[in-house]
Amino acid sequence: MTEVVPSTKACAVNPLKVSPALGGAMAFLGVDGSLPLFHGSQGCTAFALVLMVRHFHEAIPLQTTAMSELTTILGGADNVEAAIGNIRERNQPKLIGILSTALTETRGEDIGAELKAMRERHPEWHDLDLVYASTPDYGGSLEEGWGASVKAMIETLVPEERGPRTLRQVNVLAGSHLTPADAEEIREIIESFGLSPLILPDLAGSLDGHVPDHHIPTSLGGTPPAAIRELGRSAVTFAMGEHMRPAAEALTRRTGVPFRLFDHVTGLAASDAFIAALMEVSGTPAPERVKRERSRLIDAMLDGHFFFEGKHIAIAAESDLLLAVAALLAAMGAHVGAAVIPCPSPAAARVPAARVLVGDLGDLEKAAHGCDLVIANSHARELAERLGLPLFRLGFPVFDRLGGPQRVSVGYRGTRCLIFDLANLLLDHAAGAHAAVGGNAHELLEEEHHAQAQAG
Amino acid sequence: MLKDKLAKVFNEPGCSHNQEKSEKERKRGCSAKSLTPGAAAGGCAFDGAKIALQPITDAAHLVHGPIACEGNSWDSRNSASSGPTLYRTGFTTDLGELDIIHGGEKKLYRAIKEIVHERHPPAVFVYVTCVTALIGDDVEAVCRAASERLGTPVIPVNAPGFAGSKNLGNKLAGEALLDHVIGTLEPETTTPFDINVLGEYNVAGELWQVQPLFARLGIRILAPITGDARYHQVAAAHRARVNMVVCSQALVSLARQMQERWEIPYFEGSFYGIADTSMSLRTLARLLISRGAPADLLERTEALIAEEEARAFAALAPYRERLAGKRVLLYTGGVKSWSVVSALHEIGMVIVGTSVRKSTDEDKERIRELMGEDAPMVDQIPAKQMYKMLSDGEADILMSGGRTQFVALKTKTPWLDINQERHHAYAGYDGMIELVRRIDGELNNPVWPEIRRPAPWDAAFGSAGEAEPVAAEMHA
Ligand code: SF4
Repeated sequence: MTEVVPSTKACAVNPLKVSPALGGAMAFLGVDGSLPLFHGSQGCTAFALVLMVRHFHEAIPLQTTAMSELTTILGGADNVEAAIGNIRERNQPKLIGILSTALTETRGEDIGAELKAMRERHPEWHDLDLVYASTPDYGGSLEEGWGASVKAMIETLVPEERGPRTLRQVNVLAGSHLTPADAEEIREIIESFGLSPLILPDLAGSLDGHVPDHHIPTSLGGTPPAAIRELGRSAVTFAMGEHMRPAAEALTRRTGVPFRLFDHVTGLAASDAFIAALMEVSGTPAPERVKRERSRLIDAMLDGHFFFEGKHIAIAAESDLLLAVAALLAAMGAHVGAAVIPCPSPAAARVPAARVLVGDLGDLEKAAHGCDLVIANSHARELAERLGLPLFRLGFPVFDRLGGPQRVSVGYRGTRCLIFDLANLLLDHAAGAHAAVGGNAHELLEEEHHAQAQAG
Repeated sequence: MLKDKLAKVFNEPGCSHNQEKSEKERKRGCSAKSLTPGAAAGGCAFDGAKIALQPITDAAHLVHGPIACEGNSWDSRNSASSGPTLYRTGFTTDLGELDIIHGGEKKLYRAIKEIVHERHPPAVFVYVTCVTALIGDDVEAVCRAASERLGTPVIPVNAPGFAGSKNLGNKLAGEALLDHVIGTLEPETTTPFDINVLGEYNVAGELWQVQPLFARLGIRILAPITGDARYHQVAAAHRARVNMVVCSQALVSLARQMQERWEIPYFEGSFYGIADTSMSLRTLARLLISRGAPADLLERTEALIAEEEARAFAALAPYRERLAGKRVLLYTGGVKSWSVVSALHEIGMVIVGTSVRKSTDEDKERIRELMGEDAPMVDQIPAKQMYKMLSDGEADILMSGGRTQFVALKTKTPWLDINQERHHAYAGYDGMIELVRRIDGELNNPVWPEIRRPAPWDAAFGSAGEAEPVAAEMHA
């Protein structure tokens, strides 16, 4: 049984947590032609924007209702209305995702209700979708904000009806632990079964680092708002990550589309479960290509497990991401030596570790003594150095490496990539690793000689 | 309390920006002008205060508020330290919903206590943020109590984000230093060559580029305020002979009040560009002499300037040929525009536009002096328009902060970072050489012609004669 240890400190040291509004904004960036809007004071927006720019190396459209002390006290609906008007004029988005912050939530406003009245005052907004998500800073971290936003998109845009379903269409509610490249990989896997996936949100369309040939003042792609309305027509919903459960439940409530929750689709067992589900939904056997990928993953696990065996690994990450990596490590024979998540989550109880701390990178630093490897975001680079341990950068933000968003770690192929990357890092830092590998090769040659000599 | 502070800051006589405003405009304050909902960008006052004070490297900086303020921003600046690293640790009370309902004062006190017991810093700075200001936490009282009980100075920084812009936050940071820090300690020794440098945050180590120049003249930086600073240096800053204000808008009111209280004369100078660096050194020498330094300081300074300028110009000569006539779009926060303009002029680059979003009229006047009456000063350029300018080839390179970098890169236009997230230092004579070397490297990087090549499926492909048709061979 995993023990989840809550934090008792008054002071967070080197936060692992980011603001849920940031997570919410990121989710909205996975919708085509959208522009997230923070309802709060402008600094919050600037910080979130800069952090996402540093992670994705892309322009990030993000706006603010620019609340001042006075407008906060008087109530911010006017600012929301003005902001929508201005954004609509300047950026012509298809959708604006409005995210509350601690400031506006502390004041206590019902923007959701006010939006209705605003719409009535502005018939010219008819071509614009407005989604309001409550994402106060004290309500979690990246995953919570992301989950709340996806749920809000569903509750705002998906019609409440049980209409005819398209049996070859499946929904994927993608969690924030999936990179843009992961979303792409999931799309390809599903398509290889002859199914057409509706992925929400789909960062692969918007934040995969393509260079469009004209200026786009909103997100550069992603799930089309029209497709979100179609979610109720699918055969099934695959929810990826515990933090997508509320969104999936909301969708089922509204449309009757059943859902299946996958904590993650990293690792052999998890990927098998996903493929089995696809076989079941599509009624087709797995394509040859998928079968071959599985076989290659198994080979990678055979080759790689030597390097994981007995290693102690310290991980700090958002809960669902941590669960995905920890499960893989455990399957490869490594121990989760320390596990830190930013906020309590039901997923924590399923982490294969004795204890999971709810805390920060300060806690990780204390708990990671004696481990062989640290897995965390870029903020952990200095603590890893202090501990003399290699750091595998994972999660958000990764700002001191290129290509983080393009890393694939889902499905057979992605798991294989992840195993190689982790094993190589462990190899690099294992004492005498080169000698071991070299020695091994030497032995192999000797054996060969021996065999040849005997045969000759 | 904050209101009084704000009124005082807005009435700052040392701030030319404010003095040019009408009485009514001034009352509205620094932030009121450009905050359009849905079309605003930039940091908050808290951000500005943190930028100004965090380079006190041995102190703990504790952010009192919910997670957004510190969780999204810590570990994002390149203000370098020659020693202590405590300033790089992100501390926040990370308030939860219950803390907000019941008030965050107790948690704040406990957080300060935890920091003092575990880290033993010489001081703790506590930053008020929007939510803690709104719920009315009495941060000053908590800091006072903590200072007394824990025996460590705990300094409240009352600059909640919604009070205004980053710039206002810089000023409020100066007020915090004045109210609680400067003058609370005596330096171990003083010399006639002691100065403070205000508003230079040692981003990417820029302070270190000019420190050797000072060292050669025997000038000592008593307190950098606050690049690579130690708490006790700042606390003893009132014994300096001269204050040099580097970022004029940020800390000029601090300089003026230090003049009032301790009779320290100040001047505004810059270390960007050769001419400005020389001018700053000269002014510094004169002021130090007026306050009792030996008169030969000026001669020694002139000799140093002559030597350094000759060296710098010699180093720049080869670049001048490659860069003269190249067109730059300069899009900074505006604060440093004129000094960078003068720097680029020194190597003959053409400035097709320079943003003056946050520049004072004085800054603008300086730009006009350098570039003539038709100096292409622009306010804010919307991203769409900038994209068009760059894709139409109106500039050869964009120099800006990180926010606009992708506008340039997506049009396949060279880009150079000159804002505070940058990793390269451009101050002093060596900094100027570095800046020009990097402009040259970026402009002439072979990647540009490479990525502008047409794709295989474009009509223009192969017209350069590189790709021979293979079909004929294949069919032969
Ligand atoms: S605007 Fe206020 S709440 Fe937002 S980051 Fe700045 S201080 Fe924090």
